[in-house]
Amino acid sequence: MGNIQRFPHSAKAASTNPLKMSQPLGAALAFLGVDRCMPLFHGSQGCTAFGLVLLVRHFREAIPLQTTAMDQVSTILGGYENLEQAVRTIHERNAPALIGVATTGVTETKGEDMAGQYSLFRQRNPALAGLKLVFANTPDFSGGFEDGFSAAVTGIVEEVVQPSETTVKGQINVLAGCHLSPGDVEELRDIIESFGLSPIFLPDLSLSMSGRQPDDFTATSLGGVTVERIAAMGASEATLVIGEHMRVAAAALELKTDVRSVFFDRLTGLEASDRLVRTLSELSGRPVPAKLRRQRETLVDGMLDGHFFYSRKRIAVALEPDLLYAVTSFLADMGAEVIAAVSPTQTAVLEKLKAATVMVGDHSDVETLARDADLIVSNSHGRQGAARIGVPLHRMGLPMFDRLGAGLKVHVGYRGTRELLFEIGNLFLSREMDHDEHGHAHGHPHGHPHGDGHEHGQHCGSGSCGCSAG
Amino acid sequence: MLQEKLQDVFNEPGCSTNQAKSEKERKKGCSKALKPGAAAGGCAYDGAMIALQPIADAAHLVHGPIACLGNSWDNRGTRSSGSQLYRTGFTTDMSELDIIHGGEKKLYRAIKEIVQQYDPPAVFVYQTCVPAMIGDDIEAVCKFAAKKLGKPVIPVMAPGFVGSKNLGNKLAGETLLDHVIGTVEPEVTTPTDICIVGEYNLAGELWLVKPLLDEIGIRILSCISGDGRYNEVAQAHRARLTMVVCSQALVNVGRKMQERWGIPYFEGSFYGVSDMSDTLRTMARMLVERGADKAIIDRTEGVIAREESRVWRRLEPYRPRFDGKRVLLFTGGVKSWSMVTALEGAGLTIVGTSTKKSTKEDKERIKKMKGEEFHQWDDLKPRDIYKMLRDSEADIMMSGGRSQFIALKAKVPWLDLNQERHTPYAGYDGIVNLCEEIDKTLSNPIWRQVRLAAPWDLKPDSRPDAKPVGA
Repeated sequence: MGNIQRFPHSAKAASTNPLKMSQPLGAALAFLGVDRCMPLFHGSQGCTAFGLVLLVRHFREAIPLQTTAMDQVSTILGGYENLEQAVRTIHERNAPALIGVATTGVTETKGEDMAGQYSLFRQRNPALAGLKLVFANTPDFSGGFEDGFSAAVTGIVEEVVQPSETTVKGQINVLAGCHLSPGDVEELRDIIESFGLSPIFLPDLSLSMSGRQPDDFTATSLGGVTVERIAAMGASEATLVIGEHMRVAAAALELKTDVRSVFFDRLTGLEASDRLVRTLSELSGRPVPAKLRRQRETLVDGMLDGHFFYSRKRIAVALEPDLLYAVTSFLADMGAEVIAAVSPTQTAVLEKLKAATVMVGDHSDVETLARDADLIVSNSHGRQGAARIGVPLHRMGLPMFDRLGAGLKVHVGYRGTRELLFEIGNLFLSREMDHDEHGHAHGHPHGHPHGDGHEHGQHCGSGSCGCSAG
Repeated sequence: MLQEKLQDVFNEPGCSTNQAKSEKERKKGCSKALKPGAAAGGCAYDGAMIALQPIADAAHLVHGPIACLGNSWDNRGTRSSGSQLYRTGFTTDMSELDIIHGGEKKLYRAIKEIVQQYDPPAVFVYQTCVPAMIGDDIEAVCKFAAKKLGKPVIPVMAPGFVGSKNLGNKLAGETLLDHVIGTVEPEVTTPTDICIVGEYNLAGELWLVKPLLDEIGIRILSCISGDGRYNEVAQAHRARLTMVVCSQALVNVGRKMQERWGIPYFEGSFYGVSDMSDTLRTMARMLVERGADKAIIDRTEGVIAREESRVWRRLEPYRPRFDGKRVLLFTGGVKSWSMVTALEGAGLTIVGTSTKKSTKEDKERIKKMKGEEFHQWDDLKPRDIYKMLRDSEADIMMSGGRSQFIALKAKVPWLDLNQERHTPYAGYDGIVNLCEEIDKTLSNPIWRQVRLAAPWDLKPDSRPDAKPVGA
């Protein structure tokens, strides 16, 4: 996974202000998109505590996440007993429909045999046969967030999905990558349902992580796709695979069910959205609904109105690989120049990036590469560096702990693309207005596509771009 | 070696809880054994980082795979008035190959890069579980790097799996005693120099206390470690007096400073009016006992008299607003208890508290203070808290961030008492801040609205705009 060394890796020994997050965290997020699920980290309690805090800060939601609480002794002697005890305890206390186990650096360094432990657990606990258990190998020391998400989704497919003799007309699967926010998933559901199709999302974060108001206290995830619905994925007509990192899960699903896959590398941008809409129209045999036609029109109009502000803007982007691909492609579509694309991990999708520099690095690399940029697009951790070099930051991805509604941002489909287009366009627009108002007094040119980033920085304290939030 | 260190911190003569235990119990350490599948809270590395990261001009380098720093950096509210280097996250981001070949060389290169690029007065290197498992000799690398680079490079030996956050605090304290305190001599000393231990300047709390100390004429020679500077921490051994703030965690530092350099210590708190006044009085008295000018006692009394009358005057407007309002306090920590008197003084009623982290003496104290009727819960499950709040047994919950959604999902006001908060509650002004925050939350108009039934759940005759029957 993380071993394809095609792109230059930051030469530093000390990763500084890391962009990368660990695999188990990605796995936890995937598990949280399953209804009545409890993700469980097989490792020391700190692994869980950090992941928990990060997800809580991003989603502003209670996050169910448990730990096998490995200590020194169990780490050395082997963690099966802790694992079994943890699963049994969770089952007794919370009766979840699924427990998603993700390994960590601790148990992977020890070399715990998860497949063996799975069989042993099943053997020793016949009474718990009804409990779905997914074990994912997610070592902290290789890959990153996306890989963990992918491993968990693949694990769920392998454990839960059932092959089917029959096909349910109009039912389609969507393997939704981690670059899709709960808001994105909700938007996709709207689009797909508007064709009279009935989608099953795996995972479905829109039902669990978008701000639920429970009637009673729940210790597990509330909402998300149910285990029954996942099992029924074998009866679907097709599977929409969203994002490069969902390919492994897609292959597993196809192998198990023979449901054909349609792959989408991104859903942000006019052409990308066109492709989605065309596919849905073909799958459903229905014409494109009037709502989507209107949305396409307004997106085209937005592109015409907005392109002035995007042309040749120099932008540095640092995000998880598939989101990085979606965003840099969209920016290129709008005529901006992606001067640097920084990914936390080596992965195949980087091959397709259109950027002057593509590298695997951290926020300090962004800080170096973006000195004369007009904009940085990254998560909230990018704000310190952006403030230091005086370049505005547009927040995307995870974690986004200094903005409300981080989980509900939408950037897919015509409407989502339009939202993104306006948000970023407004940053450029407001700065050009600022320059018009203050530019002459300061005696430097404005609206120049290759303007000096340091001078830009001086206009950047109003908070509109977030630089002052550092 | 780490095992010896652990036994050393598990045997803490300065801690009354510890001394009340049997020999055998003591060896097991302070935290209860964690139950797999039902555990919460941070690890020892987390605790060590909390205690040391506020040393703002030092570089803090985490030796481990990405999870330890990548998932956790940039998430604490400690503040610095100068250098911001502590906010930069450094990690060796160990890969599979580093684990196979060992991470020592990479660690050395990382230290070297940091020293060359940032030139900090010192580098703290945090041990984590994975390098501990594969046997990376961090202490040797640090020693080598320190010699080679001419800078203090300090190994912090608190890998996550040795225990809890609290244990990590203690191990961080030991690190300072072993490697830092006593290594730098101050240029000037005064008879009123103090060292504050266990104050992390969350939300800038220290800055609500410092002006009062300045006025009295007490100098903070060294704060461990809020708004800290490496060299100031290293000079702590020349203080005339140590105040230990978060007593359970870092009392080992206070006691060992007394052993080694004869500096007396006391346990105090900046939270709550009477505790704050007691702290200032004790400070002045003990400094005078050690030869400081007697005049500071009068100045201290002057400041206390002025501030107390000011704070009660400022709390007066809240009293009618808080009348009959019930608070559920959900944080086992001792510090919240210092606030109780002040909150009650402002007219609030405390209906109950969790005592999960409290000692037997604490519980007795609470019972004496509040009477037998008062609720103390040892192990209240989130579900039960939710139910209590849903049944309106309290008007507001005050707790750490972890339980905030229990209150918010029950649609009950909630206030953060823990490290993520943005408002300082220390000192006299801090209590006023706290009451202002409570008042803001309680009087916010959303509470009525969010509890309204959705239009589709309303019975036809209970609609707000429905005409009363027979009208």
